[in-house]
Amino acid sequence: MLTGSTIVLASFAYVGLLFAIAYYGDKRADAGRSIIANPYIYALSLAVYCTSWTFYGSVGRAATSGIGFLPIYLGPTLMAALWWYVMLKIIRISKANRITSIADFIASRYGKSHMLGGLVTIIAVIGVVPYIALQLKAISTSFSIILKYPEVVMPDKAGAPLFLGDNTFYIAMLLAAFTILFGTRHLDATERHEGLVAAIAFESVVKLLAFMAVGLFVTFGMYGGFTDIFDRATEIPHLTALLMLGGESGNYTTWASLTFLSMLAIMFLPRQFQVAVVENVDERHLNKAIWLFPLYLLAINVFVLPIALGGLMHFPNGGVDADTFVLTLPMAQQQPLLALLAFIGGLSAATGMVIVETIALSTMACNDLVMPVLLRMKWLRLNEQPDLSRLLLGIRRGAIVVILVLGYIYFYLAGEAYALVSIGLISFSAVAQFGPAIIGGIFWKGGTRTGAAWGLSAGFLVWLYTLLLPSFAKSGWLPITFLSQGMFGIDLLKPQQLFGLHGLDDITHCLFWSMLANIGCYAGISLLQRSSAAEHSQATLFVDVLKQSSAAAGSRFWRGSASVDDLLALLSRFLGPERARDAFTVYAGSRGGKTLQALAADADLVHYAESLLAGTIGSASARAMIASVVREEPLGIDEVMTIIDEASQVLAYSRQLEQKSHELESATNELRSANQRLQELDRLKDDFISTVTHELRTPLTSIRAFSEILNDNPQLDPAQRSKFLGIVIKESERLTRLINQVLDLAKIESGSAEWHSGDIDMREVLEDSVTAVSQIFRDQNVMLNINVPEALPLIAADRDRLMQVMLNLLSNAAKFCERPDGRVNVTLAQEDGTLRVDVADNGIGISPADQEIIFDKFRQVGDTLTQKPKGSGLGLAISREIISHFGGRLWVTSAVGTGSTFSFTLPIKAGSKFQVSNQSAKSKPGRIST
Amino acid sequence: MIRSSVTGQRLAALFLLGCLLFNYPLLSLFTGRSEIFGIPLLYAYVFAAWALFIGLMALAVEKRGD
Amino acid sequence: MKPETRNPKRVLIAEDEPSIVLSLEFLLKGAGYDVTVATDGNQAQHLAESLIPDLIVLDIMLPLLDGFEVCRRIRKNKKLGHAKILMLTARGHESAVKKSLMLGADAYMTKPFSTRELVGTIAELLAP
Repeated sequence: MLTGSTIVLASFAYVGLLFAIAYYGDKRADAGRSIIANPYIYALSLAVYCTSWTFYGSVGRAATSGIGFLPIYLGPTLMAALWWYVMLKIIRISKANRITSIADFIASRYGKSHMLGGLVTIIAVIGVVPYIALQLKAISTSFSIILKYPEVVMPDKAGAPLFLGDNTFYIAMLLAAFTILFGTRHLDATERHEGLVAAIAFESVVKLLAFMAVGLFVTFGMYGGFTDIFDRATEIPHLTALLMLGGESGNYTTWASLTFLSMLAIMFLPRQFQVAVVENVDERHLNKAIWLFPLYLLAINVFVLPIALGGLMHFPNGGVDADTFVLTLPMAQQQPLLALLAFIGGLSAATGMVIVETIALSTMACNDLVMPVLLRMKWLRLNEQPDLSRLLLGIRRGAIVVILVLGYIYFYLAGEAYALVSIGLISFSAVAQFGPAIIGGIFWKGGTRTGAAWGLSAGFLVWLYTLLLPSFAKSGWLPITFLSQGMFGIDLLKPQQLFGLHGLDDITHCLFWSMLANIGCYAGISLLQRSSAAEHSQATLFVDVLKQSSAAAGSRFWRGSASVDDLLALLSRFLGPERARDAFTVYAGSRGGKTLQALAADADLVHYAESLLAGTIGSASARAMIASVVREEPLGIDEVMTIIDEASQVLAYSRQLEQKSHELESATNELRSANQRLQELDRLKDDFISTVTHELRTPLTSIRAFSEILNDNPQLDPAQRSKFLGIVIKESERLTRLINQVLDLAKIESGSAEWHSGDIDMREVLEDSVTAVSQIFRDQNVMLNINVPEALPLIAADRDRLMQVMLNLLSNAAKFCERPDGRVNVTLAQEDGTLRVDVADNGIGISPADQEIIFDKFRQVGDTLTQKPKGSGLGLAISREIISHFGGRLWVTSAVGTGSTFSFTLPIKAGSKFQVSNQSAKSKPGRIST
Repeated sequence: MIRSSVTGQRLAALFLLGCLLFNYPLLSLFTGRSEIFGIPLLYAYVFAAWALFIGLMALAVEKRGD
Repeated sequence: MKPETRNPKRVLIAEDEPSIVLSLEFLLKGAGYDVTVATDGNQAQHLAESLIPDLIVLDIMLPLLDGFEVCRRIRKNKKLGHAKILMLTARGHESAVKKSLMLGADAYMTKPFSTRELVGTIAELLAP
């Protein structure tokens, strides 16, 4: 019943289903209704960690080392507990910097270095190729086996012809085609593939169900449950050894190092980085994943040992490869459907891995390896090409094919010599080399590019020498003496007993030496060096990402000039003209409703453009392209340090000040905002600027001087202390008043002030303003009368502003009144089509020459011989602006010696009725003071 | 999103606990020929401890302050 | 006693803003100088001619007679040849700096000033 064509059909149907899901997922994503924005999907997508290694290989490993198959699932479980800190940081950094791959991450952290990006890509590709080979092996083996149903026959291990005669080659090419279709249909600036994630999540469910189905069948169908299996197993001596860990510490060492290794692998396998970081939609999904993912791992491993034992008991004498028990046991029991399900499960596990891993690797290869090289080749004149997106896609597709071919070649060369799990562990050891550079990179600002490069290279070379080459030797492609006698026959250089260290298994041995070399070089060289400016700024961005709030943090460390058009053109080349335009429009919109035309090419825009570009071509290339468009002023390391130091110094100093005394706190705040506003005022007209700055610096001088004096003289006596503090406070108030008025005036003059017009009863305004100043008048012994008629039409004005005018006039009147018999009269009347208010005082009067000057900015008159006039000199100027804004007029009538009368008119609101006051008195005596 | 640092600390503590639970020497305590409910002790221990560990993580995460 | 070797040194402050005057007095008296205050340009000129101070702290924006003019007149006076002049002002324009130095000021400080810098500069100017 299980013919070749059925199997092939089922396989294609399954893959077709995956496509359909992926397609649906992408469609929903485009429509903005993502189906993967869900923590359960996220956690399931992480289960791409479980490949055919898990599906087939675990059982195989369990059959030889019992529970020793488990550490590579315990490691991720333990690591998940640390994800709260580590993974969150990585995700946030990656989102903020639009990082799209591991190579991108490392390159970006160490100063956007092309070299590092390329190095990481090479290590990743070479390291992961064995892992891909393992999947190919699993698919081809399982296919060969199930083809022979109902007989259980191991596939012929004799060498199949390379390439065209080999089934596995076709499988590899098919996988390449699938991968290309899944992952390179278009370029996305964020490198996200929602449809793919949906398909992967589905595939995780399928492989779990398939495995559990087989597990249940073996445990309860073939035997009588867990107890039964274990009981029977204990009757067979050599099987009981599987039920415990070896007595020698060697096995515990292996256990520990595998746990550690898998902790690193779950983070740094390119496919894990892709689904966990790049494809992450929402940080909060991480929370559920922290325990859901380990739960998945637990579930898929429960039946491993029972299946292994069942297989060993059912197929004694080693006739059947333990790696195949999951498939062969159902076959042996004449369960075609179950066998097919198992095959599909294994296929699912393998294809999921290959597709995601290859996409991740091809992205890296394109962005971090090929593109930088091509961009450097000026003769290609890539700068002048209007549309590079097709080239990019082409490079990625090519990379996918190349990677799969490499996987096939490794399979051909070394696949047969090893059990699946061992091959996988070789890859784990390779990607573990990224650990120091990344973990160091996000927690230690001192990590430098050179340090990372040396660390990576050293670790990689050690890995190459102690694991990869031996794998070729063990398959016969290198002389076996290489292993047994060391390179050049030198005993100390035996690849798996380096420098005489023996007693460790291959993996632990490699782990030890490679980590030693890696961490040693990374830390040692980083400590010996100073990092460059670019590195330092990136280091701060990465390590402090959790402390930063703004997304524009990256633009702090940039200075340069660019034009919006240039940036747009650059972006169009890589994203396509529409998407570039859209991106800028979105950005402009987020900057307060500006249009695209109104965009300024400031540091933030450049940073935004750079991060968009980084999403497509990697951060190192993006940096290069932006640099070509923008005339940049490089920030030297000293300047960057100064920026950082100044910020922290200011912080420390102001904290110190605040500690000193409570009263100084408000003074310091005034100083800071004064400083800020001082800079704003720079844009006003020149003479105004110089006048204003002079006016502001004067109180500031006192504030600063006394603050410093107070700071430097803790032994000051209390009376003086409070006197000085009083001055600081008073001058701060003066400063604030002045600043407020200047800004007010500037806003009014430039038309950007807010006016809230309403219907105003002028009488109320007058009465309220009089009430407000009554205390001052009482204190200064000035009499105040107000005279308002009963009924008056309304006017259209801003009540607060009118109050401002009244208060100004009234306080001026109080100031310049004759002493001791000061008298101020306020009158309100209707005149033609306007309301008129008069504020008359009996002061010394104003000469005709001065009568216009007083309305000028900063001009005051008073007895300059005796006293500096209080106030800012802006009150009347502002009042005049306010009145004229509402269509009125403000003027003064005065003669020296007879007092002054300030008057203003405001047009009556057309059609307004008379308002009758609540009080009946015609002439209302004011608040008369004695 | 406000991340509770208590949760982070609890998880870090769990991590350390896990390192202890799943390594020599604790593991060596359970290796041997004894059985519990017919299931070999080591196997039972590892899976039970694993399940417990996951449960504790789930508790820490789901019952966080926010 | 010759003015140059007189101790304590005599300092004339020409500043019209009362609180700034207060702070300068505190600082300079605290530094051990003999301090006199003028609050407008005319007064500044007269006091300079009568007291022959060792150093004059001269604000530019003074009423009645501005600081530049005071500076010019003091420099014309031979009796005040040894007197150091420290111009103090809120205007930081290059032109103002150049003008002060051209008119014969020995130093220039913008407001707001650092008290340490001020006292330090004055100490340097008055160093024998």
